Amino acid sequence: MRRRGVTFSLGWLVASLDRAARASAPAALAVLLMVVATVPPDLPSAVPALALGSVLFWTLFRPAAMGPPVVFGLGLLQDLLTFSPLGVGLLTLLLAQGVALRARRRLVRQPFLVVWLAVAAISAGALALGYGLNAALTWALPPPEPALHLLALAIGLYPPLALLLTRLHRRLERAEGAA
Amino acid sequence: MLRLSVPLRLALARLTLPLLIAAAFGVMLLGKADAVLVERGRMALADLLAPVHAVLSEPIGAVRGAVAEVEALLALRSENARLREENERLRRWQAAALALEQENATLRRMTGFVADPMPAFRTARVVADAGGIYARAVLLRTGPEIQPVRGQVAMDDRGLAGRVTEVGTRSARILLVTDLNSRIPVVLEGSGARAVMAGTNGPRPRLQHWPEGTRPAEGQRVVTLGDAATVPGGLPVGVVRWTESGAAEVELFARLDRLDVLRLFELGLSGILPPEAVARPQPRTRR
Repeated sequence: MRRRGVTFSLGWLVASLDRAARASAPAALAVLLMVVATVPPDLPSAVPALALGSVLFWTLFRPAAMGPPVVFGLGLLQDLLTFSPLGVGLLTLLLAQGVALRARRRLVRQPFLVVWLAVAAISAGALALGYGLNAALTWALPPPEPALHLLALAIGLYPPLALLLTRLHRRLERAEGAA
Repeated sequence: MLRLSVPLRLALARLTLPLLIAAAFGVMLLGKADAVLVERGRMALADLLAPVHAVLSEPIGAVRGAVAEVEALLALRSENARLREENERLRRWQAAALALEQENATLRRMTGFVADPMPAFRTARVVADAGGIYARAVLLRTGPEIQPVRGQVAMDDRGLAGRVTEVGTRSARILLVTDLNSRIPVVLEGSGARAVMAGTNGPRPRLQHWPEGTRPAEGQRVVTLGDAATVPGGLPVGVVRWTESGAAEVELFARLDRLDVLRLFELGLSGILPPEAVARPQPRTRR
């Protein structure tokens, strides 16, 4: 029986939990990937590459799941996890999201290679900005090689990351279609 | 939820990104202004993630072990020959060391020499990388029984690895000696000359500021300079190597790319003394 206001029943609770889980799954997966990437102490840090790749993918294909506040949280997490000056990851991720949102209409319909190229271009810009911010915030010019390694990681990790995230995306779509 | 009209909601949605970018600038300023708050936040996050890191480091350690096994199997013959030769050399050194030990004991008895006590240490496991892109640091998992203090040195089983810079309740950050900001005072064994070992973010730190007339020799052993409060003296660090460009570098004994456990040396006093510790000195731990 439909009443005014919120229909409070167990079915509603389960359904809204489902919705919350679906809405937070992309961000939760991004956080998990970033935490896992810090564990091997001897590999070069892949955390910014994974964060950038996740943010760009979800912004292009499912913007509702990764709104600006979520990206703010991811950027803060990235800065805290990699012990870099606060704000470097924040600004680069937010600006990368801004650029991706603008280009979204044209990019969504393109084949994978074009999207990859666009992601590479945006990553290059974001990492250059990150390098500049690091230099500005620490008052010293950091060595360029780690930034280049990071760029190579960001470009190289995007295809397997996109594969993983596409699976999640399809599952979420199917779950939403069934719900 | 507030009932907002659709155009208003759209306008708000458009505004969030610029607002958050402005907030990001604010966070940047906050990070520069209040470094203590940021450090506490970082270590709180590291403490929060400590169980996750501990759980994840087991399988990753197993994978690394498997890869190392495969590499060892591939290089079996050459490794065998090298080990035989090293064994011979070490047997000769063992005989010399035993003779020197006898002589040392005799001389100590004769002169009534009082030796420095060996500093005590605790062992903790390395669980994560804490340096990110531009720094070289690792995160140690410490429990309630190990309370590291800033400035404590950390060694792996072969030589000096780094110093403690930030401490949380369940983890500690160790800045490795190869990091750009690391400066360790050292002594060249043999000549007794003091120098400073400065990290360069590369695999070998650079040796600087030795006194005139005491040029470090190739192959000379480098040990830590012990100052009474912070660093135990005589800890092995590495060996001097000259590069083709004429810079003195230290080839470290410690294997920084394969850190597993680190020893934290306890200090007699409070390590690098912040103002609070000077007012309330810590009690000496009696063993």
